[in-house]
Amino acid sequence: MWEAVWLTVTLAGVTTPVLIAVSTPIAWWLARSRSRLAAIVGAVVTLPLVLPPTVLGFYLLIALGPQSPLGQLSTAMLGHPLPFSFEGLVVASVIYALPFAVQPIRNAFLAVGDRPLEAAATLRAAPWDAFVSVALPLARPGFVTAAVLGFAHTVGEFGVILMIGGNIPGETKVLSIAIYDYVETLEWHKAHLLAGGMVAFAFLVILLVNVTEKRLGWTPR
Amino acid sequence: MDAAVTATAAAAGLTAAFAGRLGGFELDVRFAVPARGVTALFGPSGCGKTTVLRCVAGLTRLPVGELVVDGEVWQRGRRFLPPHRRPVGYVFQDARLFPHLSVTGNLRFGHKRTTTPGQPVAFDEVAALLGLADLLDRPIGVLSGGERQRVAIGRALLSKPRLLLMDEPVSALDRISKNEILPYLEALHAALDLPVLYVSHDLAEVERLADTMVLMTPGRVQAVGPLADLLADPSLPLYRLPDAASVLDGVVVAEDATYGLSMLRVAGQTLFVPGRAGGAGSRRRLRIAASDVSLWRGRAPRDSSILNVLPARITGAKPDEVATISVFLALGREGDGPALIARITRKSWDELGFWPGDQVHAMIKSVALIDAPQGPAPGQRPRAPDRR
Repeated sequence: MWEAVWLTVTLAGVTTPVLIAVSTPIAWWLARSRSRLAAIVGAVVTLPLVLPPTVLGFYLLIALGPQSPLGQLSTAMLGHPLPFSFEGLVVASVIYALPFAVQPIRNAFLAVGDRPLEAAATLRAAPWDAFVSVALPLARPGFVTAAVLGFAHTVGEFGVILMIGGNIPGETKVLSIAIYDYVETLEWHKAHLLAGGMVAFAFLVILLVNVTEKRLGWTPR
Repeated sequence: MDAAVTATAAAAGLTAAFAGRLGGFELDVRFAVPARGVTALFGPSGCGKTTVLRCVAGLTRLPVGELVVDGEVWQRGRRFLPPHRRPVGYVFQDARLFPHLSVTGNLRFGHKRTTTPGQPVAFDEVAALLGLADLLDRPIGVLSGGERQRVAIGRALLSKPRLLLMDEPVSALDRISKNEILPYLEALHAALDLPVLYVSHDLAEVERLADTMVLMTPGRVQAVGPLADLLADPSLPLYRLPDAASVLDGVVVAEDATYGLSMLRVAGQTLFVPGRAGGAGSRRRLRIAASDVSLWRGRAPRDSSILNVLPARITGAKPDEVATISVFLALGREGDGPALIARITRKSWDELGFWPGDQVHAMIKSVALIDAPQGPAPGQRPRAPDRR
């Protein structure tokens, strides 16, 4: 049981920084680009929010499978195919949680707007410097929300992981799958413990997000 | 760009030409001004003053643009220095302080990034000049409007700009904050050898601060020249304003303590001004409302209660809408001094038979010192931050 909890926390812990690193440039581009492409990219990034996780998992399985070019690339780099491995779970989790991170970060960048960046430019800050020293700190509430939501979402993942990770103890058997297993094998006591823990965790996360937003004076749209 | 604009670029000055459409608004401006003192971009709201300033800073890029500052090309053809590589300080109308930094953090932002060679601007001197010493540790959120603008000006100065751009820095402030900040601007003007482009739609502000004026109509430049000349130019609309006035720059020569008067030298003439104008040698700016000037034909009257009676020559006259006529004068017996406007009745004009070229005496009923004393200005006397 603790193995599943530990695996889940590790997965979410690894996924969150990767997620933020991937989301930040996308969110920045979406917030600042006037290109028509932005609407399309925005929609694609939001897809995981609407799609059934099994659909997403199915396509990921195919895209990352040993026959696909991506699968061959990852096999060459990692020595094993991505599906049914911890690394595969990280990739799937990042894609699945993308809308939960891109959206708040994008909104935070939009709220920052041009004005402080123009001020920074007239004070000799080059674009990258202005991004790091002005845009990022001013968008901090968005990053806090993105990290908390991304972490929580990964902890609660089920469908995608079942499709792409299977049920390998210590490698891909995360909390939500463990609960499913316990219920199937009628181990109600353990299922209760994990499920109750998840309820408490979810409550704490939402409380944390609300409190941070209030404290940082930022509300999501 | 046309040859006239390019030719003047070699001289020490600022030559600008910007043209293009910007969201349905067409701008086509060109002007050359000295790169010293305060140049006001003056015109009605929405005439493109801010756009011109943004073009100078490189924040807005129009299809046609040329900008040469002190012989250095910042923009011409395909050459376009991005904003962060232009040594300007920009004071925005809305201050735009960084809310995630303290006052000190904001001030240091440009200070540590300056690219202008030589000694950095002394932090303490700027803080003293703008009265910021007590604000340094405060977060931005608790500052008043006037305080914010002072910090914004300090932040811009500390980046050691070679050109200071100010976009209506006091227009968003209430009258009290405005009166609190204008003396600081005047102190700046006096203490720093830094050319300033100052956008304003408030003539009173321009009269207080500017040396040169770029007069704008929507999308165009109508006239460029020394402030005093434009105010008294019969071909421009400024003299027609109900509160039309002339500005003169004078030097304090003495103080008459018995009567509480100060004597100022203006173009070889002496003017009496009520109140203390500062120590001898102080430079002050005088404002004389056109309606406070009347004309006297012949020799100076000896038995008048009016103290300031100056010889002048009529250079022109234009009737106003109803009963009055605006008379353009040049001070001095030979009419070689600065310009002065008088507003008298048409009846007097006709009855006294005035005509351009006539020698007259201008009787000035009231003279106002419009700038703050440049002696020990707000706080202590600032030393010009070393700009070399």
